[in-house]
Amino acid sequence: MNTKTISLDSLSVGDSGFVSKLLSKGELRRRMLDLGLVKGTYVESLMKSPVGGLTAYFISGAVIAIRPEDARYILINKQQ
Amino acid sequence: MKSDTEKLKNSNLTVALAGNPNVGKSTVFNALTGMRQHTGNWAGKTVANASGTFTHKSIDFTLVDIPGTYSLMASSPDEEAAREFICFGQPDCIIVVLDATCLERNLNLALQILEVNKKAVICVNLLDEATKKGIQIDLDELSLYLGVPVVGTAARSGEGLEELKDAVFDVATEKRKVFGTKIKYNSNLEKAVTKLENIIEDSKLFDDKTFSYLSKRFLALRLIDCDKKLDNSIKEYFNFSLIENQTINKAVTKIHEEFETIGLKQDDTRDIIVEGIVAKAREIYAHCTCLCDKCYSRRDRKLDKILTSKLTGIPIMLLLFGIIFYITISGANYPSELLSMAFSKVQEWLYGLFDLLHSPPFLKGLLIDGMFKTLSWVVAVMLPPMAIFFPLFTLLEDFGYLPRVAFNMDRFFAKSGTSGKQSLTMLMGFGCNACGVTGCRIIESPRERIIATVTNNFVPCNGRFPTLIAIITMFFAAGISLPFRSLVSAGLLLTVIVFGVVVTLLVSKLLSATLLKGLPSSFTLELPPYRRPQICKTIVHSLLDRTVFVLLRAMCVAAPAGIVIWLMSNIMINGESLCVIISNFLQPLGSLMGLDGVILLAFILGFPANEIVVPIIIMIYTASGTLVEYDSLSSLYNLFVENGWTWVTALCTMIFSLMHFPCSTTCLTIYKETKSLKWTLLSFILPTILGILLCMAINAVFFWV
Ligand SMILES: Nc1nc2c(ncn2[C@@H]2O[C@H](COP(=O)(O)OP(=O)(O)OP(=O)(O)O)[C@@H](O)[C@H]2O)c(=O)[nH]1
Ligand SMILES: [Mg+2]
Repeated sequence: MNTKTISLDSLSVGDSGFVSKLLSKGELRRRMLDLGLVKGTYVESLMKSPVGGLTAYFISGAVIAIRPEDARYILINKQQ
Repeated sequence: MKSDTEKLKNSNLTVALAGNPNVGKSTVFNALTGMRQHTGNWAGKTVANASGTFTHKSIDFTLVDIPGTYSLMASSPDEEAAREFICFGQPDCIIVVLDATCLERNLNLALQILEVNKKAVICVNLLDEATKKGIQIDLDELSLYLGVPVVGTAARSGEGLEELKDAVFDVATEKRKVFGTKIKYNSNLEKAVTKLENIIEDSKLFDDKTFSYLSKRFLALRLIDCDKKLDNSIKEYFNFSLIENQTINKAVTKIHEEFETIGLKQDDTRDIIVEGIVAKAREIYAHCTCLCDKCYSRRDRKLDKILTSKLTGIPIMLLLFGIIFYITISGANYPSELLSMAFSKVQEWLYGLFDLLHSPPFLKGLLIDGMFKTLSWVVAVMLPPMAIFFPLFTLLEDFGYLPRVAFNMDRFFAKSGTSGKQSLTMLMGFGCNACGVTGCRIIESPRERIIATVTNNFVPCNGRFPTLIAIITMFFAAGISLPFRSLVSAGLLLTVIVFGVVVTLLVSKLLSATLLKGLPSSFTLELPPYRRPQICKTIVHSLLDRTVFVLLRAMCVAAPAGIVIWLMSNIMINGESLCVIISNFLQPLGSLMGLDGVILLAFILGFPANEIVVPIIIMIYTASGTLVEYDSLSSLYNLFVENGWTWVTALCTMIFSLMHFPCSTTCLTIYKETKSLKWTLLSFILPTILGILLCMAINAVFFWV
């Protein structure tokens, strides 16, 4: 399978991938880890807020919305 | 926080209810204790510990419902409350509630809790929902993995609760041995932890039995992870510090140095810890669950497509609230009139009774004209809309729509430099601003929390709702033929609310740019699965709990207020009543604002509760200081017009109702939450000044036009 590493905020709706690296530090990193976002976690982009910005992702069994400012710091290997 | 945690712990066996947000902890709590903690389908409904009792096999248990949390590395105040209790509440047993439909993530927290204290029972809740989604869970296997009893429940329908109580009994009374489970971390960390664990053990700091339950391994891990907050809590609860202990401190420093030499930084340690937990959770998840249908959330995604899509998301949101307002307004009309008619009958009857008893006119005036009339106005005007609005709103909440509102609206809050969770606190403010302010605990960043607190008042609470509805109906929708009248009223009410939201956003932006400078911090918003609300139960509960509760509170204020106002309008100084004197004094400011002195006075006297603003206005207008025979809005309309109201007066009254100082309860709550006089004062002054300025502007514009 072909993979490409991109940041989570540029993952388009409907696409999915696996976390490859967290670039964030401190608080933000902790919050991401709390949700089970570690290397290898499967993430799928589900939908965008009607006015843009917030995007909802499927992360270990739950639907979690993250702002692009925060999603930028999550690198994922996109599934082709 | 310490006193909070300690208060809840007394003689009997203490059981804590822990878990991720929105997994049904409060529902389990209610089912076991028979109490009625509020529940709702969104993360963050419970923000403070609550305790209740139940008896099983003749042992008394104190059950503590704690806020949901994703991990024990807490961040927001509600999550901190949760962690404090799990670590320092000295529970005899912890019920860890897990969501069966989202077991993988839930296991992360379960593993962390077991790492602290293995005296636990795992309660796999929402089994009914999991079954429907084709998720099968092997509870026995799970129990083997975790080394503690595992019980499957469907708390909402009461399934599995007997088994849960049995298991809790066995664990809390130590009839059943629990083993817990050990998370294996990578070899570097594992070596360090084991070493530190032994050092802590040898320090004999924890020999006292009261805190022997705390696992040394957990403490060692937290020390290696540089968790200062935990050590502070230990100091607070146990009166000693781990870091200040020479040997321990030296060992920790040495570990950090060793990590440094092999290139491990602080964030890396945290990663290794979480990776260990997640890996274990995944392993357990893979072995214990079986998905029969891989796309089990298809229906939710379809609904989300409609409720949050670019095209329909916002219109449907407005429509939904519009419909709720419409049902509230049109449904409340008739019962309101019936109630006022009934009350005026009772009043005649009371007059007769007082005459019969030859009571002095003073007493008659005070009790009937003062107290009874105010009370009956509040009940007649408040009860019907509340009794309709609350259940409808609760249905929406249980369905899981509120987080979608936050999802739809987030962009605007991001632009104002605040948290998207502010929408949730605003939605809570609809019921009561004091609840909205307490709800702000779900916001992690202190800066954003204060902004949400200060601006919560721009959402009209149920005390102001009926006032707005009455004014809209009288002044703006009266000319419209009947079937459409409620429709227009609902539309106008919606406009007022939207205006309140816009003001909230602007003020938030203003605060973000000045007093509370900063960039929005990170936040995550969970969108729970849609759930079919239990319609009958919801209606009964919200009627009994919320409506009656709020109404009683309003009545407690209205009765004495009625007496005070009657006295004020009947105590004469130089031939003028106190009311007249004060309102004359306020008249210049009032008329500048498009109001009059009486309306201003009513808002000031309404400080204890907004519900009584309109009855005060009415009472002062009717010169004798008593309410008119209030039997319909049209007679009220006539009274207002006689006293010089135009539609500009009505508009300004609505604006000022939306934008003035919060009621006394809310102010008190703001002080309790922020522990700062400064922010409490700001919450008081800011909306008042804005309201005054806006009213003046409106008045000026219409004066010149
Ligand atoms: N179908 C079903 N729904 C449930 C069950 N238990 C709880 N719920 C629903 O799940 C939602 C969340 O329940 P709460 O008890 O408020 O959850 P909580 O864990 O206290 O949530 P927070 O206080 O936010 O942490 C509510 O809408 C409940 O009605 C269950 O066993 N089956
Ligand atoms: Mg709860």
